[in-house]
Amino acid sequence: MADERVPESGRTPKGVSRRGFLKGMGGTVLTTAALGPAAASAAAQQAGGAGSKSLSGPTEIQLKINGKTRKVTVEPRTTLLATLRDKLQLTGSKEVCDRGTCGACTVLVDGRSQLACMTLAVDLRGREITTVEGLSKGDELSPLQEEFVAKDALMCGFCTCGFVMSAEALLRENPKPSPEEIRKGVAGNLCRCGTYPRVFEAIESAAKRRER
Amino acid sequence: MAQWKPLDEMSILGKHYPRVDGPAKVSGRAKYTHDMAPTNCLFAYLVSSPHAAATVERFDTKEAESLPGVVMVLTDLHRSGNIAYAGEPVAAVAATSPDAARYAATKVRVRYQKKRAAVDLDAAMEDGAPRVLSGRENIFPPRERGEGNEADVEQAFASSKAEVRAEYRTQVQTHSCLETHGSLVQWGDDDTVTIWDSTQGVHSVRFQIARMLEIPQNKIRVICDYMGGGFGSKLQPGWYTVHAARISRETKMPVRLMLDREQESMIAGNRPDSLQKIRIGADDAGKLTAFTAETYCTAGPSPGGNIAHPFVYEVPVWRHRHRQVVTNAGPARAFRAPGHPQACFAMDCALDELAHELGMDPLEMRLLNDPNPTRQQQWKLGAERIGWERRSLKPGQTSSPDDPTKKRGFGCAASVWAVPGRGTAAQITLYPDGGVEIRCGTQDIGTGTRTIVAAIVAEELGLRVEDVRPLIGDTEYPMSVGSGGSMTMPSVAPAIKNTAEKARARILELAAERLGVEADAITLADRAATADGGGRVDWKTLCSLLGAEPQTFHGEWVQGLSSAGVAGCQFADVEVDTLTGRIHVRKVVAMGDCGLVLDRLTTESQINGGVIQGLSWALYEDRLMDAQSGRQINPGFETYKIAGALEMPEIEVIMIDEPERGVLGIGEPPSVPTAAAIANAVFNATGVRMRQLPLTPDRVLMALEA
Repeated sequence: MADERVPESGRTPKGVSRRGFLKGMGGTVLTTAALGPAAASAAAQQAGGAGSKSLSGPTEIQLKINGKTRKVTVEPRTTLLATLRDKLQLTGSKEVCDRGTCGACTVLVDGRSQLACMTLAVDLRGREITTVEGLSKGDELSPLQEEFVAKDALMCGFCTCGFVMSAEALLRENPKPSPEEIRKGVAGNLCRCGTYPRVFEAIESAAKRRER
Repeated sequence: MAQWKPLDEMSILGKHYPRVDGPAKVSGRAKYTHDMAPTNCLFAYLVSSPHAAATVERFDTKEAESLPGVVMVLTDLHRSGNIAYAGEPVAAVAATSPDAARYAATKVRVRYQKKRAAVDLDAAMEDGAPRVLSGRENIFPPRERGEGNEADVEQAFASSKAEVRAEYRTQVQTHSCLETHGSLVQWGDDDTVTIWDSTQGVHSVRFQIARMLEIPQNKIRVICDYMGGGFGSKLQPGWYTVHAARISRETKMPVRLMLDREQESMIAGNRPDSLQKIRIGADDAGKLTAFTAETYCTAGPSPGGNIAHPFVYEVPVWRHRHRQVVTNAGPARAFRAPGHPQACFAMDCALDELAHELGMDPLEMRLLNDPNPTRQQQWKLGAERIGWERRSLKPGQTSSPDDPTKKRGFGCAASVWAVPGRGTAAQITLYPDGGVEIRCGTQDIGTGTRTIVAAIVAEELGLRVEDVRPLIGDTEYPMSVGSGGSMTMPSVAPAIKNTAEKARARILELAAERLGVEADAITLADRAATADGGGRVDWKTLCSLLGAEPQTFHGEWVQGLSSAGVAGCQFADVEVDTLTGRIHVRKVVAMGDCGLVLDRLTTESQINGGVIQGLSWALYEDRLMDAQSGRQINPGFETYKIAGALEMPEIEVIMIDEPERGVLGIGEPPSVPTAAAIANAVFNATGVRMRQLPLTPDRVLMALEA
């Protein structure tokens, strides 16, 4: 149901923003317990990231996305996911749960996986953001994406981009993952159609291709 | 009667090939309804009732309307103003951004007169429970079916060697589609309405939305290129489409209205729960003698839901008395094999209990009582594949060699589904430059329909899959049925083949003329026509002979290319941790008769998916309702657990090819038997019978303690 998030533009009622809320919770300890490690690291970055200078209202920032610098006007509360989808038309990152439980919005920040719905856009100034749109060159898919297609690691496809990004992060960090490590690497991603076994096969096969 | 060519003469169908839309789905290029935001798009958001039973008294929309970006607030969505379940929409806000709409929705003040609610089966059946529908009992009059009368049943039980009386319960399961329900609606200047809908049936949405909006069907176009999961819940149109249409009509702007995650969970459909009082008897040989079922289920504030008893086994006399119970909870919708997983859970578990009473192998019991010849083979083959012989005859006897606190067991259960194909037409266009387009108003819900549509044409014309452009998911294309009930392929495949045959006939004519032979002496393969005695014309040249204009051919569903009636069964190998109560499913063997398999790759994926949804229902999913507030306690993925990567068993899919039966729909059957197979395996592992789903660790521990 509707939450009490601050509107897109205009007043900020009594300073209740997602950012302020996270800070108010006393940072990492509580969020670790409540949200799990991936979300907590995002929260920690948000709580400590941009430092002392406070921002309010619509602010123009520059984000480096898929190798290009993009200018975009956001509010301090605007998540990276809302920025990508609603302002930059990069809709490969999906909004499914909008609270860090499903992995459908996974992107890479400086090469590591991060949940775009749990990340504030303003905290990513100066960082390298890679979305699923940045993996392929025009129509040419990356080897990992090709393996997802070849192994049929997708059905309706709504979770697929998130799985691809988690897999990409896994293989960058661990080029030769064991079957157990592959499962753990995508354990933060949910699929409702039931493609998991095929996702494991695709990642395994992509890892083998990278070895060659 | 029409027929497919033999499997061994096919070059594409019956083999493994990837989806044509795979590249779009892995790269983010596939646009779902939720991804669309045309210029000037407005975003609408529903205001949901927080109460399960209430009367709407008045609205105060001043603050919401004054917020930046807010364009419109509708407060007349709810016709009666009598709220029957929490989450029920009462108002809608449209604004220039999704966030502005969502925020403004929190500022629509609604005054309710709260009433007492009955939010689940037990509460609704209690004496003195508040009435969900005024003037009606919550428990509806029973519907009775059977073979033989009460006296026959009693007599049969009296002469039985053993009988089991037990009560089984299954929980409400929400569809939890990853893309929530929703539409983008553009009301055009000429009063035509274009709807992009996350739907399982573009034509059925048009048909019903026309009635809901009271405008002619020919003014409505419904499009669904990609959709993020439906599982039955997106077969019907939504009122959200009508609300979005009204706003679009007023504002002349496109309007997108998507449910949010909580609304998806609370109001967009679920599988009815069940309470099943079963009595089943057998003679000393193990032959079933009699069966009775007294069942109840809830489908929300309207009566609904059935349980498919007596399921698949042969029993000479039986009675089934079913009562629907209304509750103040989100309405049910069709969910993958409606009524079947529930029936399977009670029946296949009861049969297992009976086998145990008689000291029989549960597999023997099934072979003895299952009249289906296909399943007779499947039981034997599946038992081999799971390693049934390793199963301990006495339950609770097999521990893991390195850890005696872990118990291992095996179980099985049956599956069935039977819905035939129907009502589909298609149209094919051949272009003089060699291009081929096939149009059909079906849609791809993730099952691979788009790919198979192209593949059937390619097979018929001797082309490759990528040579054919499949155009689906649009009411501008010829009529097809909704993608539900495993009906899609039995409906679509015959129509596509019939249509492609007409194009093929024309191409053969042209080739015959060119090569100077009879048409029946020509083979179409490898993008060319080849005459038996030599001579070859390539596809492009053939198409250039069509003349300057593209040529279009029409076809439709015909008898003989598809049939109904899928038998299947599954075997589960589980390990139960007796210290934590956690059930680890090691392996599932899924057997299905698949008729003519059109694409082995996507068929296997779909069977995997059925098993995984069945496992998820068996072990994790449970809609929990709070009796006080009447709201779902767990309307999101952090608390409503669905199976994830770490819980995946090894799944072995065995497809029994029966190409002579034509195409069968296989979406529903693999989700039917998984839960019962797992529960039976848990009994074999622990010696403890669990009759209530889901089999969560707390319940396992309590059962082990008892």
